[in-house]
Amino acid sequence: MTTTIPAPRTPYAPPKKRRVNWEKWGWLYMRVSGVFLVVLIFGHLFVNVVAGNGVRAIDFAFVAGKWADPFWIVWDTLLLWLALIHGANGMRTITNDYAHNPMLRRLILLAILASTVVLLVLGTLVIYTFDPCPANAVAGTLPSFCPAK
Amino acid sequence: MTTATLEGTPSAAPEVPSFTVTLIVRRYDPDVDAEPYWQDFDLQMYGTDRVLDALHKIKWEQDGSLSFRRSCAHGVCGSDAMRINGRNRLACKTLLKDLDISKPIYVEAIKGLPLEKDLIVNMDPFFESFKAVQPFLIASSKPDKERLQSVAQRERFDDTTKCILCAACTSSCPVFWTDGQYFGPAAIVNAHRFIFDSRDEGAQVRLDILNDKEGVWRCRTTFNCTDACPRGIEVTKAISEVKQAILKGNPNKVDIVLG
Ligand code: HEM
Ligand code: SF4
Ligand code: FES
Repeated sequence: MTTTIPAPRTPYAPPKKRRVNWEKWGWLYMRVSGVFLVVLIFGHLFVNVVAGNGVRAIDFAFVAGKWADPFWIVWDTLLLWLALIHGANGMRTITNDYAHNPMLRRLILLAILASTVVLLVLGTLVIYTFDPCPANAVAGTLPSFCPAK
Repeated sequence: MTTATLEGTPSAAPEVPSFTVTLIVRRYDPDVDAEPYWQDFDLQMYGTDRVLDALHKIKWEQDGSLSFRRSCAHGVCGSDAMRINGRNRLACKTLLKDLDISKPIYVEAIKGLPLEKDLIVNMDPFFESFKAVQPFLIASSKPDKERLQSVAQRERFDDTTKCILCAACTSSCPVFWTDGQYFGPAAIVNAHRFIFDSRDEGAQVRLDILNDKEGVWRCRTTFNCTDACPRGIEVTKAISEVKQAILKGNPNKVDIVLG
């Protein structure tokens, strides 16, 4: 029987230098976006479900009315991008925790990335190409500023 | 000079209360058992006894095959960290009377490291991480005279000098349980000990090592490590100071958080 004696002094190999340290910037992003999300999420919730008539006020006209104001377009765009990337980065972290099989890990990470990109594109498209007064809409569901109203 | 003598008649020491306690130990013998299992032991113990004494009593009087590590028996060597009623403690620093002895006391090996036998785990991965952070003084000057340090400079890293490498913190960390590649709290504590030492010149090397994918950024600030440390080291705080040192690129720029 042979015995392998490991090398007594393995020289120190400096960690591979990647151009971008994703772990560090990801960590920082969670905290910076978190600060903005507190304001954005609770502001969003307050305006939508507390102020005015509360949750019953939400319908097509309510959303159209909000997006007639550039303030809410910017607000919702920020909320969309910050929260989605925040959530996706969080899911990436959890995947790294639990998915030990390298193939499975790659697959899950790719699925998270793909779904995030799709949702970001669709969401942004909705916010910026939104038509508040679509033709042949059911009368009475439109916001007050539409000519058809 | 007079020799100290005993004056008066010595009064008998007050009787130490005695009680029966049940220990439920997670047993595992790789030669016999496919899976670990729980085994009960009823013991007559005293108010001055610790969990370690109970384990000794089992080993010496009931079942000599029970395996566990201990050396100093006084909280110095760090060999007997184990999970006692679900919390990582040193068996030699945990008095039975401080636990709820009306219920059985559960004792098992620490989690996240390969189980070898009964309460013994393979500590190699733990010490590999410790070695990886270069836990020794790196200084360019020859040690031909004292390296002076002010009281404040010594105070800066005092907390992390107290580590006895028992692994209670690392094996209480949920990130370490699921991802064995993570350096773990103990390695970061021992890097902190040198990163914030004014005599050391290797801070940047260690910060680079811990800036890695499996380094400090994996920490989720759960505070399990701080709760577990038998030396009362503020482990989570030390980790966040290392994070700050990496972000600021220099340990001297890290604000001292009083706590
Ligand atoms: C109130 C606003 C929010 C704040 C202040 C906040 C803050 C944070 C912070 C600081 C982390 C990092 C935790 C760590 O690494 O230790 C985190 C993780 C995470 N966040 Fe948020 N967040 C907020 C909203 C959200 C929202 C809206 C989502 C969902 C889209 C989300 C999903 C996640 C996920 C999945 C993680 C990863 C959890 C983990 O690492 O175990 N968060 N959050
Ligand atoms: S920091 Fe505390 S719990 Fe962790 S190894 Fe050192 S003494 Fe043990
Ligand atoms: S036996 Fe040495 S620390 Fe407990």
